[in-house]
Amino acid sequence: MDTLVPTSRIVTGNVRVDLQVIADLVTPGARVLDVGSGDGSLLELLATAKGVDGRGIELSQEGVNECVARGLSVIQGDADRDLVYYPDAAFDYVILSQTIQATRNPKIVLSELLRIGHRAIVSFPNFGHWSIRMSLGLRGRMPMTENLSHSWYETPNIHFCTIRDFVALSGELGATVETAFALNAAGQKMWMTMPWAFWNLFGQQAVFVLRR
Amino acid sequence: MTANSAALIDTLPAGAREANQPSSLVAHFGMDEPLRLDAGRDLAPFQIAYNTYGELNADKSNAILVCHALTGDQYAASISPVTGRPGWWSSLIGPGKPIDTSRYFVISSNVIGGCMGTTGPASIDPATGEPYGLNLPVITIRDMVRAQAMLVDRLGIDTLFAVVGGSMGGMQVLQWTVSYPNRVFAALPIATGARHSSQNIAFHEVGRQAVMADPDWRGGRYIVEGTRPKKGLAVARMAAHVTYLSEAALARKFGRNLQDREAFGFGFDADFQIESYLRYQGMTFVDRFDANSYLYMTRATDYFDIAADYGGRLADAFKGTSTRFGLVSFSSDWLFPTTEHRAIVHALNAAAASVSFVEIETDKGHDAFLLDEPRFHDVVNGFLSSAARARGII
Repeated sequence: MDTLVPTSRIVTGNVRVDLQVIADLVTPGARVLDVGSGDGSLLELLATAKGVDGRGIELSQEGVNECVARGLSVIQGDADRDLVYYPDAAFDYVILSQTIQATRNPKIVLSELLRIGHRAIVSFPNFGHWSIRMSLGLRGRMPMTENLSHSWYETPNIHFCTIRDFVALSGELGATVETAFALNAAGQKMWMTMPWAFWNLFGQQAVFVLRR
Repeated sequence: MTANSAALIDTLPAGAREANQPSSLVAHFGMDEPLRLDAGRDLAPFQIAYNTYGELNADKSNAILVCHALTGDQYAASISPVTGRPGWWSSLIGPGKPIDTSRYFVISSNVIGGCMGTTGPASIDPATGEPYGLNLPVITIRDMVRAQAMLVDRLGIDTLFAVVGGSMGGMQVLQWTVSYPNRVFAALPIATGARHSSQNIAFHEVGRQAVMADPDWRGGRYIVEGTRPKKGLAVARMAAHVTYLSEAALARKFGRNLQDREAFGFGFDADFQIESYLRYQGMTFVDRFDANSYLYMTRATDYFDIAADYGGRLADAFKGTSTRFGLVSFSSDWLFPTTEHRAIVHALNAAAASVSFVEIETDKGHDAFLLDEPRFHDVVNGFLSSAARARGII
């Protein structure tokens, strides 16, 4: 999966903050499927820090090669096509990190995540962030920021959404939001104790834990 | 062995001698240890010719069984006594190589039905004192694996650390995980399928018909009658060899280039380089392979269909498996295309198995699994190393 550049490049103890934030949500020893596993950094972190039995799906050959060479169980495939082959409730967590906006059918992908996993952890860039609204509203141009660095005509990110859009889709699918928070530009958590509208404006990324 | 059959062996060409008295190690199984064949008969006595590389560790947990392809043999990483050339996987097996013989104990055996020392159609049938020929029951992939399991038992090994193989070797790997799920820690099937496709059966049938149409085949009795169906077997190999390559590789290597000439010969000599190349492949093949064995090998792969044994549901074949799977396909392989591998991966996913899958980008076709493909070797190394850590070998 051609993922976005993560918001935060802040590294603590050689672990990317955005990966650590997700890893913190996973219970030790859980069975995890990472959809869009990239070079396997998250799976490796989950295996070493949480003793997780992890599997992955990754679109790019380089990514899969890297993962397999690191000893991770990763298959070449994509979220739109390959989730259907997994049985119901096969995993404790299915993680879709920075990938949903690049899927062809986010609604089907999200419902598949909820079918395969007891819980789905989804992180995505918030298209409702004020800087993006500024770009479109004042400059009249499609936004290009540090973490949304593609021009509109070559971006793999074909289905952007805002935090409120995602909340609405979760509701439509009958999913329960167990945990949700936004990350600021530094990759730090902003807990959802404020109205959605606030975080929809100031959160650069969002992380949701959903269950059926 | 009777004096009569010993005398016959002496008269055989070098290749056929290897079929009875191989240069490698041999495990003999007597009348009390028959091999149960899917054809409904027992084979006894029989023998398995094999080589080993590296050392078996104290708790016997580091053994890798390497399974060979259609015309391979037990000389995976050593000089072939017939061709004098390095083993077919010598780039992959050895100290410091992806199948690292300083870590692992590698077993490479010739399959049942083969012609390099394991009992096959060119072996002397003790009941008649003559080569089995077509009297040998048709062999299946499951039979090959059953025989390998008997060899592994003989070597005192309970669980194999890994079973690795490409093409027909990959079929054996898959069969191992299904027949003996608790005896395989890690499985690495490469450039293979869970069944032989209609197109693949078609190509094999062309090859078999070429062999059997050669008047020197003599109904399979050519060894006794002192002939050899060289032309038929060479044509079979030529047709098969095309399926191991890819259009892009043929275009890159040969194009429409002419062989040792400036213009067409306006005849039916090998005008084109590709013709000359294929003729050479056919010619050299007949010097190292038994024609009847070729029939048996192709038949075994044609019959292969794991899902058929499980009501057509491949996922059911892998139910409850704890084996770690790694699958590798090659993008230009049209004999065992990536789609065949994906079908296996999806079945393994449905069985909640641990599975890795990589498609290697290459224009070298099916043959890529035998070639020096650095990215392929990296994947083999990565997969085996991580499995070895999980197994506590390294």
